Amino acid sequence: MSTDGLRATLVVRRSAFTLDITLDVAPGEVVALLGPNGAGKTTALRALAGLTAMSGGHISLDGRPLHTAPPEQRPVGVVFQDYLLFPHLSALDNVAFGPRCQGVPKAEARRVAAALLERVGLADRAAAKPRQLSGGQAQRVALARALAVRPRLMLLDEPLAALDAHTRLEIRSQLRRHLAGFDGATVLVTHDPLDAMVLADRLIVIESGGIVQQGTPAEVARRPRTDYVARLVGLNLYRGLGDGARVKVGQLLLHTSEPLDGPAFVAFSPAAVALYRTRPDGSPRNLWQATIGGIERHGDNVRVHLDGPITAFADITPAALADLQLSPGRRIWASVKATETHAYPA
Amino acid sequence: MFRRLSRWAVAVPVALVIAGLSGCGSSDTAGSTSSAPASTSAAAGAKDVNVFAAASLTGTFTELGKAFEAAHPGATVKFNFGSSATLAQQIVQGAPADVFAAASPATMKTVTDASLASGPTTFVRNRLEIAVPKDNPAKVDELKDLTDPKVKVALCAEQVPCGAAAVKALDAAGLKVTPVTLEQDVKATLTKVELGEVDAALVYTTDVIAAAGKVQGIAFPEADKAINDYPIATLSKAPAGDLAEQFVDLVLSRQGADVLTKAGFEAP
Amino acid sequence: MNSSQARRPGRSDTPGGGAAGHSAARRAVSGRLPWMLVLPAVVGLAFLVLPLAGLLIRAPWSTLLQRLAEPQVLEALRLSLVCATAATAVCVLFGVPLAWLLARLEFPGRRVVRALVTVPLVLPPVVGGVALLLVLGRRGLIGQWLESAFGITLPFTTIGVIVAEAFVAMPFLVISVEGALRAADRRFEEAAATLGASRWTVFRRVTLPLIMPGVVAGAVLCWARALGEFGATITFAGNFPGTTRTMPLAVYLALETEPDAAIVLSLVLLAVSVVILASLRDRWVNSP
Repeated sequence: MSTDGLRATLVVRRSAFTLDITLDVAPGEVVALLGPNGAGKTTALRALAGLTAMSGGHISLDGRPLHTAPPEQRPVGVVFQDYLLFPHLSALDNVAFGPRCQGVPKAEARRVAAALLERVGLADRAAAKPRQLSGGQAQRVALARALAVRPRLMLLDEPLAALDAHTRLEIRSQLRRHLAGFDGATVLVTHDPLDAMVLADRLIVIESGGIVQQGTPAEVARRPRTDYVARLVGLNLYRGLGDGARVKVGQLLLHTSEPLDGPAFVAFSPAAVALYRTRPDGSPRNLWQATIGGIERHGDNVRVHLDGPITAFADITPAALADLQLSPGRRIWASVKATETHAYPA
Repeated sequence: MFRRLSRWAVAVPVALVIAGLSGCGSSDTAGSTSSAPASTSAAAGAKDVNVFAAASLTGTFTELGKAFEAAHPGATVKFNFGSSATLAQQIVQGAPADVFAAASPATMKTVTDASLASGPTTFVRNRLEIAVPKDNPAKVDELKDLTDPKVKVALCAEQVPCGAAAVKALDAAGLKVTPVTLEQDVKATLTKVELGEVDAALVYTTDVIAAAGKVQGIAFPEADKAINDYPIATLSKAPAGDLAEQFVDLVLSRQGADVLTKAGFEAP
Repeated sequence: MNSSQARRPGRSDTPGGGAAGHSAARRAVSGRLPWMLVLPAVVGLAFLVLPLAGLLIRAPWSTLLQRLAEPQVLEALRLSLVCATAATAVCVLFGVPLAWLLARLEFPGRRVVRALVTVPLVLPPVVGGVALLLVLGRRGLIGQWLESAFGITLPFTTIGVIVAEAFVAMPFLVISVEGALRAADRRFEEAAATLGASRWTVFRRVTLPLIMPGVVAGAVLCWARALGEFGATITFAGNFPGTTRTMPLAVYLALETEPDAAIVLSLVLLAVSVVILASLRDRWVNSP
């Protein structure tokens, strides 16, 4: 196996929490650490940067041990959540800060910084102080500043979280382009699945300090393995016992199109759930009676929370909501076609 | 941040400078803070006698106060010891004093000029001595030795009685001494000798005796020219009335003279 | 006065017509004034300012200029400014690193050290002066050695004044800077470390600029305290015109015989310090 890139086992013990994850990131690869708040994503990032002491484990970057070096000696560039641009320095001097610390003469450092600012499209904002920059501009200066130390490992902590929805779209695609141009390993932390899917080649989902799932964005989106991931990717997910073309979930037997035996996951989209006021004729294979737990807007549609033998979300159109005259507490019939479900081993 | 700083920048130093100055008064004139309690107790009972006395009288007057209380059951003598000039100022500003014992006629004059007392009596005199550290490192034995530039000398500032007396004595001797410091009162001057920071100082005989062996005193003949008179008077509006007179009588009595002479004062 | 006028419509407001809407808006404004804070604040301000007013009222204005022209006054003023400034420089030089130590390093006994730093605040200055004599005096623990090895004696010298003032004023700087350090976002320091900055570089290029307002505030407090210093100075450095008699000492001695002169000297000290601090403020407000 190649020794290039990042290979790390990070162990950080706190009183009520232990982070213990293993990461391999190839040069040029972008890995997103995805997880709920408090899962340990940022702790992992800080451990990689040397800002949080590790209780155990090791880090090697391009074959050299990293965990024994103090932060200032690690070839690591960090883009912090709210960027942490030095407020007393201009954009240019922020970017030139790293090279200056590495002993590059002032004029040369400024030349490097100017080139990087140009690369992120901010050549005209070089003299601006951080407080004069927009969120998107500050993010790009932070990126340029991190790149200026010629890191072999790039760490980004919630790089888009501080931006409003409008800017976010544009900055996200720019960030993707810049990360694609970076030849070292990249680890980014986010709680936003969309950011993760767009920016990363591979997702690692962390919950309560451990890895619960990893894979390409497509794999993770298609085959969630925890409720958290299922919610992120917007699927109903159940764990059950497969028996041929059926999976037993609690008291309910769900028919699937992919036969398998043993512990299994079944996933289906809320849009695949059909609702009826009375028991439908014909024979949908997966039919159950549910109670409406709640109704909320979901984009252009309406999301209905169903309680019953299984809890599920169903997405229906506002027109269907009116036709069905749904209200919380009502009993209703729900069905999903076997071909709309997706079953895979647990 | 800068804006907030700017407001501090004016308000705080002003407050501090004032605080610093007022601190001077209270820390160096030991008795000034006690004037407030004295006034409340004066209102509480007519058996209190408030005596404002020069700091150099601290030991002797405390002793006489105890004797007075023993002879006048129920009476309490309260002292406010401090620099005579400060005490005089306090009295002029309305401090409730019954008796004022000053270390110089000039400070007593401040009070008599304000018609707050009349007919002061000189009850003791104090004479200067040369005080040197116990080991007398500069080998000083007469006033002339103080003119040697290698000898570090502390004098009282001219504004306070012991300083005025020192100038008078040196002038009388025709000597010119360049001190390293002009201290704010005689105790501070003596402290510099005790600590060995100076080789010699001119202080009162009583201070040398009070220092109880920590310094050595050397008498010099020119001291005759600079003898300090200590006047005492009851104040015309003395709240304690007769009791105040009786305290002054005690100071002027044979018993009072004994206590004062023992401490190094001379009879007038 | 303005605030009491603003309050009146709030009390006497009667509902009805367009005027009600107008005064309701004003009531809303006056209702936000927290009287529980404003009244004590005014009392506090009066408490601080009235003594100053007393000095101004009692000042012998007719002889003011004549008294000011006395060379001794200017000499004492010059000495005060030089010594307070030098003492502030000493405090910044040693106090800022000390504050950094207290704010940034975990070490056993840190609480004790922090308490020790504030000792000069609670120590009566005269006692501080005696303590300095016992250590740095001619027969003091260190002073003795300073004299025998280098022939240096601190008491009764201008350097002694600076030492005494720095001793008393240093806590103001240390406390102010330590507070600024604790309030400063440490993540900027982390960001600097990830960019390859050594701890010294982090301090010099990131921490120090970030806490500069705190350092300036501390230095201003420190300077003001040093300027007004009396007890430790007269005890440790003595009192001699031209070398150790600063303004507060001159004021004190003048009080013994000439209270009017003392008031003049106090006013000079106050006026000079207010002018200097106000101009300093402008400089800092105007700088970017």
